[in-house]
Amino acid sequence: MPEAIATRIPPPRASGLGWRTLDPQSCWSLRVELAAAAGPMATAGLPLALAACRAATRGEWAALWLGPDEQLLVGMNSSHAQFEPRLAGALAGIAHALVDVSHRQAAIEIAGPDATRLLALGCPLDLHLSQAPVGLCTRTVFAKAEVVLWRQEADRFQLQAWRSFLPYVTGLLALGSQELAPQA
Amino acid sequence: MLVIPCPYCGPRPELEFSYGGQAHVLRPAAATNPDPAGWNAFQYERANTRGLHAERWRHVHGCARFFNVIRDTTTDEVLRSYRSGEK
Ligand SMILES: [Zn+2]
Repeated sequence: MPEAIATRIPPPRASGLGWRTLDPQSCWSLRVELAAAAGPMATAGLPLALAACRAATRGEWAALWLGPDEQLLVGMNSSHAQFEPRLAGALAGIAHALVDVSHRQAAIEIAGPDATRLLALGCPLDLHLSQAPVGLCTRTVFAKAEVVLWRQEADRFQLQAWRSFLPYVTGLLALGSQELAPQA
Repeated sequence: MLVIPCPYCGPRPELEFSYGGQAHVLRPAAATNPDPAGWNAFQYERANTRGLHAERWRHVHGCARFFNVIRDTTTDEVLRSYRSGEK
């Protein structure tokens, strides 16, 4: 029931500053041998990410490569019931661990021409397109918080942070937005 | 800050890693044959190398994997990295 997040955390929205907290998404942590699961998952229409630090998407479905045997699965637009039975069916008979982590984290979208400058205030990665191409996803840090960073377009990122870190992360983003805003 | 090449993710800033001590320290093979000298070496004896040092790192804020790094302890230069179980 990822919908519950919205009611428990007052969403610190900051429209116009180039970033906003997104509506709750369905998320699962999947630990599995990639070679064993990739075929059945693709057949079920839920492709896994095969390349290191890259995301695979299909419609409202996304699989984010976090480690050699670890993927973060995202059902965008909260389509929980749509994916759960298909996931269970595709993974039946394969040794795996599938954990619903929808309540654990929340997503922030950072978009616009200043997106990389804003992220660079807290993210130590080289975000130049030559080093961080579209489709990149990885666990990393934003200042002192652990986050999952996903580059969806050249100037649009999704940042997933654990809920308890959300006020810290959004506070830094708000501060950074003020610093980067053109002086009136 | 060091830039450490994760064998899975590529070069990443040191901030994302945690240090795991000297690499290739072998655990004595037997509870059946208690060997105090072997266990003492496993627990407490380290090389304190000056120069090239094989050490474990964990990409904890990344792919979360342990792997090995060859680092020069005098210059802090990281020469290469390789996965656990490799040489
Ligand atoms: Zn890594």
